[in-house]
Amino acid sequence: MMKNLKKIIALTLASLFVIGIFTACGKTDTGDDVESAKQIRYLNFKPEVADIYQEIAAKYEEETGVKVIVETAANNTYEQTLMSKMATDEAPTIFQINGPKGYLNWKDYCADLTDSEIYNHLTDKSLAVTVDGKAYGVPYVVEGYGIIYNKAIMDKYFALDNKATKYTSMDEINNFAALKEVVEDMQKNKDALGIDGVFASTSLKSGEDWRWQTHLANLPVYQEFKANNVDLTSDETKTLKFDYADNFKNIFDLYINNSTVDSSKLGTKTVNDSMAEFALEKCAMVQNGNWAWGQISEVKGNKVKAENVKYLPIYTGVDGEESQGLCIGTENFFCVNSQASAGEQKAAKDFIYWLYSSKTGKDYVTNKLGFIAPFDTFEDNEKPTDPLAKEVLLWMNKDGINTVPWNFTLFPSQTFKDDFGAALLQYAQGTKTFDEVKELVVNEWASESAAIE
Amino acid sequence: MNKSLKKYFPVFVLPTLIAFIIAFVAPFIMGVGLSFTKFTTVTNAQFVGLDNYIKIFTDPNHDFLNALIFTTLFTIVSIITVNIIAFSLAMLLTRKMKGTNFFRSVFFLPNLIGGIVLGYIWQLLINGVLDMLVNSDITKSSTYGFWGLVILNNWQLIGYMMVIYIAGIQNIPGDLIEAAAIDGASKTKTLFKITIPMVMPSITICMFLTLTNSFKMFDQNLALTGGAPGKSTQMLALDIYKTFYGRIGWAGVGQAKAVIFFIIVALIAFLQLRATRSKEVEQ
Repeated sequence: MMKNLKKIIALTLASLFVIGIFTACGKTDTGDDVESAKQIRYLNFKPEVADIYQEIAAKYEEETGVKVIVETAANNTYEQTLMSKMATDEAPTIFQINGPKGYLNWKDYCADLTDSEIYNHLTDKSLAVTVDGKAYGVPYVVEGYGIIYNKAIMDKYFALDNKATKYTSMDEINNFAALKEVVEDMQKNKDALGIDGVFASTSLKSGEDWRWQTHLANLPVYQEFKANNVDLTSDETKTLKFDYADNFKNIFDLYINNSTVDSSKLGTKTVNDSMAEFALEKCAMVQNGNWAWGQISEVKGNKVKAENVKYLPIYTGVDGEESQGLCIGTENFFCVNSQASAGEQKAAKDFIYWLYSSKTGKDYVTNKLGFIAPFDTFEDNEKPTDPLAKEVLLWMNKDGINTVPWNFTLFPSQTFKDDFGAALLQYAQGTKTFDEVKELVVNEWASESAAIE
Repeated sequence: MNKSLKKYFPVFVLPTLIAFIIAFVAPFIMGVGLSFTKFTTVTNAQFVGLDNYIKIFTDPNHDFLNALIFTTLFTIVSIITVNIIAFSLAMLLTRKMKGTNFFRSVFFLPNLIGGIVLGYIWQLLINGVLDMLVNSDITKSSTYGFWGLVILNNWQLIGYMMVIYIAGIQNIPGDLIEAAAIDGASKTKTLFKITIPMVMPSITICMFLTLTNSFKMFDQNLALTGGAPGKSTQMLALDIYKTFYGRIGWAGVGQAKAVIFFIIVALIAFLQLRATRSKEVEQ
């Protein structure tokens, strides 16, 4: 009896074990003649627009009869959620990756989108995630970041009697030297300006430090790759000498030394703290992207007016930076699950195309989601109207201004970013020198690049 | 006996056994299996042999080892402080003083609050104090982080352990204490010769609970320090979590760390249980 029981248990376990590891993944081929499925699933990345996607799904079902089940991953848990959902029967048909590194992880699941309508309408094909000329990820939103400033406070400064600089308007601030002069003089006059500091607190709490270890770090990485003519699709991106470390230090020092809080107290500050300081006019500037408008406008007791919210590029003191623009790019790429049935894949592509080409869909994209869509199906008057998005569009179309692409999609791993962020905090607290930070960046860039092979 | 066991086995044991296999044994075995693979999702894995285990120990930063050392230190300190304080409180609150019940509830309450919330609340408190004393916060030095975690862990566990000790102390027959008093035993002598040997089963269970709770701590660690400064206050569970999601293709390595973690926890819990069991006396 006991022997039998043991046998049964052993057999059950053994079979479970085998199933667990060796479940083969059936690939299905897509033909154009396949019947479109009646139901697809979409795993949404942006929790702030989850409700709007539900509305869109309802509208789509009304118009076409195809049910789109929208599920949303909580903040910062997209990879985890996707990982567990993909293993179930309810795997998403449409999901998203964050660029070439994300593609490496999900390549078994990314269908070829080269022949899809949505890719054909992409205005700048270089934005897509492509491998050997085939597109696997199509960007669905273009975003930009830079230094957001409050024009009202700046004007107040320019009108000050005892200001020590020669500048009279923000148009004259077009390089790091000028920015530094103005910022440091403003910090001296912070009481007269009614602010606690020029820059919002540099949030360096772990998990809240992406504005520095990712976004700000994009600039020196971009400068280095550009100066050395690095082919971004090659293995040359696996080493970084951090040649522009001093430029990074320039702007980072400016941020932490002219801020609302002491640089030794940054370890507990969050992005929300920074945005609240800006919204309540406790500071004049904050580095963030156009997605932050929602955050700013929703702060209770918000004082900053929409027409006063403007953008300044992040100047770091490199030669010729007068023509530098905002950092504009994307890390949101639609992918269609290649392991879904052919019918589901077709329905998924149809849904995406509908969203970005039909009148109803475009209205949602522009006005409710507030996306700057990178497709030629959008007319000039179909652009979002929130102040930061408008500023991004303005900077994109300025003559003689070159936008900085998002090269941080090439950063080797999350571990690299986390360790870099932790080192920046230690630098701000005075327990690490900048040379140590630089060394860590160079070493970890190499070791992390090697680790993900 | 044997016959009826055979007869009723499907009725009484099978449902539980199936549930146990589905909810515990199967995921566990799959987990161990996955530690030998490179995987994106649990159904899409590729066998890589011992690769993941080799990667743990060839890591140039020694993250796993550092986390292990930190966790061990933390656990040792926690076991000592939690049990001594909890036992003292239990002695105090079995003295038939006024308001005993009220204090028992008060000390037990912290145990009902979830780890993340607790971590954030204590972060505010500790940062407030550190701000005054050293003009900085808990992320400045790993010493702050270590003692912050110890305080938090004590605060959360003491109440629970205290309740177990109270139950143990109340179970000591009154005549034993009385006999000791008549024989002229001093208070300390009574404590060490009567009370402590008699509550040895409680000590066993309390030590066991403190040990495993401290060793496996995750949410409090994440919320209070998040590993800062650097990774110096990162405990094992947090290290596993960060390995799992920190690098593309490293989920298997995280899984391998989790397997080693399980073996360590099982081993020390087993040894500790055997060591304290041998000190228990017959009631």
